[in-house]
Amino acid sequence: MNSNSHLFELYASMLRIRRVEEALADRYQEQQMRCPMHLCIGQEAIAVGVCRDLKKSDHVFGNHRAHGHYLAKGGDLNRMIAELYGRDSGCCQGRGGSMHLIDQAVGFMGSTPIVGGTVPLAVGSAWAASLKNTARVTVVFFGDGCFEEGVVHESLNFAALNKLPVIFVCENNGYSVYTPLNKRQPEREIHSVVKAHGIPVFAGNGNNVVEVADAATAALNEVRHGKGPQFLEFKTHRWREHCGPDYDDELGYRQPGELAYWQSQCPLEQVKQSLLASNSTSPEALLSLEDNLSREIQHAFEFALNSQTPTLDSMASTVYAA
Amino acid sequence: MQPDRLPGVNPSKTQAQAIHEALDLCMSRDDNVIVVGEGVPDPKGIFGTTSGLMEKYGPNRVFDMPLSENGMTGICIGASLSGMRPVMVHQRIEFALLAMDQIINNAAKWNYMFAGQNTVPLVIRMIIGRGWGQGPQHSQSLQSLFSHIPGLKVVMPVTAHDAKGMLISAIEDDNPVIFIEHRWLHAVTGEVSPAYYRVPLDKANVVRHGQHITVAAYSYMVLEALQAAEVLAKHDIDVEVIDMRSARPVDIAPVLASIKNTGNLVVADTGHITHGIAAEVITQVVEQGFHDLQHPPVRISSPDYPVPTTHYAANDYYPEAVDIAKAVLQMIDNNVRVNEAAVVSDLQHIGAKDVPNPQFRGPF
Repeated sequence: MNSNSHLFELYASMLRIRRVEEALADRYQEQQMRCPMHLCIGQEAIAVGVCRDLKKSDHVFGNHRAHGHYLAKGGDLNRMIAELYGRDSGCCQGRGGSMHLIDQAVGFMGSTPIVGGTVPLAVGSAWAASLKNTARVTVVFFGDGCFEEGVVHESLNFAALNKLPVIFVCENNGYSVYTPLNKRQPEREIHSVVKAHGIPVFAGNGNNVVEVADAATAALNEVRHGKGPQFLEFKTHRWREHCGPDYDDELGYRQPGELAYWQSQCPLEQVKQSLLASNSTSPEALLSLEDNLSREIQHAFEFALNSQTPTLDSMASTVYAA
Repeated sequence: MQPDRLPGVNPSKTQAQAIHEALDLCMSRDDNVIVVGEGVPDPKGIFGTTSGLMEKYGPNRVFDMPLSENGMTGICIGASLSGMRPVMVHQRIEFALLAMDQIINNAAKWNYMFAGQNTVPLVIRMIIGRGWGQGPQHSQSLQSLFSHIPGLKVVMPVTAHDAKGMLISAIEDDNPVIFIEHRWLHAVTGEVSPAYYRVPLDKANVVRHGQHITVAAYSYMVLEALQAAEVLAKHDIDVEVIDMRSARPVDIAPVLASIKNTGNLVVADTGHITHGIAAEVITQVVEQGFHDLQHPPVRISSPDYPVPTTHYAANDYYPEAVDIAKAVLQMIDNNVRVNEAAVVSDLQHIGAKDVPNPQFRGPF
């Protein structure tokens, strides 16, 4: 069982991601963050829950919607915001933007926007750990659309064949851009296909951070004991548009009432109510948390906007390693 | 493999043995070097280049692999981001096409897009070739596809000595290196030092000095060019042959220096002519050495259609020494009245053309 202080930490971590992304959305129309941006608002519990018991030395790879993955693993907020503003102090010095995040100091090894692109990299990281007898677990986050990529099945096959220390985390939000899952995949569960690869699977509610965290911890224990890869599928929903800062329910690609239903299942609100009901936190403590986050985020934007802008001459220098 | 000894030739090694030696030495010096590919530990051992390595270094460092080229390339990239130095092998360059996403989007860009915070020290050996009815999907020369991509290095060794030294350099390099071997060069012999030595990945090499015309050639076409040069020399035409060695980067300086002297340039490549790497060499020469040229440069490359399987037609498909010689004769001021028919007759390929030219066994 999780103590309530742990629950508060999970809440704080989810709220931080939420408030960061809301601030990004608010400022996006200023057109100073000139890069595609995929917000994970509504999906925060998965990144936070999965990362709860990871060590700094464990590796995480993300995808195009990676702000949550990066922050949950401990990635530096200032450098992430600066990256979105294309500044020298960004985590990729402006080469990547929102879709390319990295903070190797905390084991966040990289996120990229080719769907499926980082799944084999995570397996390779796990393979290296296995070959070198390093006690490191690698986690990779990806969406339901990614499961349609052949490279994912190639990666699952190899990870299972070699019993590699890797956890695959499928964030099933039901849509690939505007196309629902049932237009893209037959009527069967994603995790049932993974089971056929010989990999233990868990499927659960991606909006329940405790359920996510406990499933991840159980998977971690298996992996750390040499039981090979684990696959976690979490159902969830992205509230805003596929790419960009706004809501887009007026486009009509979601089922009527679908967004409202998922908003009623807000991963943060559930935890907040539970913390208050059990007197594990107080309205004052929550206000103070909001204040602290607000200051931290304000500072991060200031850091970004006060950072140097890069020039093109600096860019050719890292095409090749020295 | 036993050395391919010919009567009257000093003991020397084949290119395949040289590649094997490079892998063996690198594996013995660095535990992070692993070798992965379809057929690597099998009885044929990738034309002998990987034979015995699994027995020597164990199944934790020498792997066969599932038929998952894209996935395995990504897995090797992921391993290289965590300190390994994988050498992948594709018995046909076409198999690597299944991995273009991982090669171009991840391997070539990782160092760049993350501002140099991590590197991809990965070698991908790809085997090109021709002959014996390999046909449209088993004998392409796709070097120009990879050479277009910043972040990759693309090399094409010719001699056994260079193959060993360049493979060692490639394995030591912190960048992804596409190491393109011509299957017909695997059997070519040459003197190879048993030592651990490097040959740079970015330096062309003048392999024959000459005054009248420069032939810059890649891969197997270097041997064709040398044969053409030898016959033309009998007619007092002095050909300088440059083994370009690398398609990315292109080492243009020796070519520019050479045409300052000769004023004439033929570029020979095994790939299709349009958008091929010969075009890049000529472009750079025109941009930087236009006024040294006496005649428009000429490309000798494969035609713009896939090779047919039937040897009746394929025999005439590939450019050979005779095509280079004809281009030379057409280009240069022909004061000496060379009898083209005599040159052509001297260069007629002896025997079947769908197997390696027995005149090209070396030593080189």
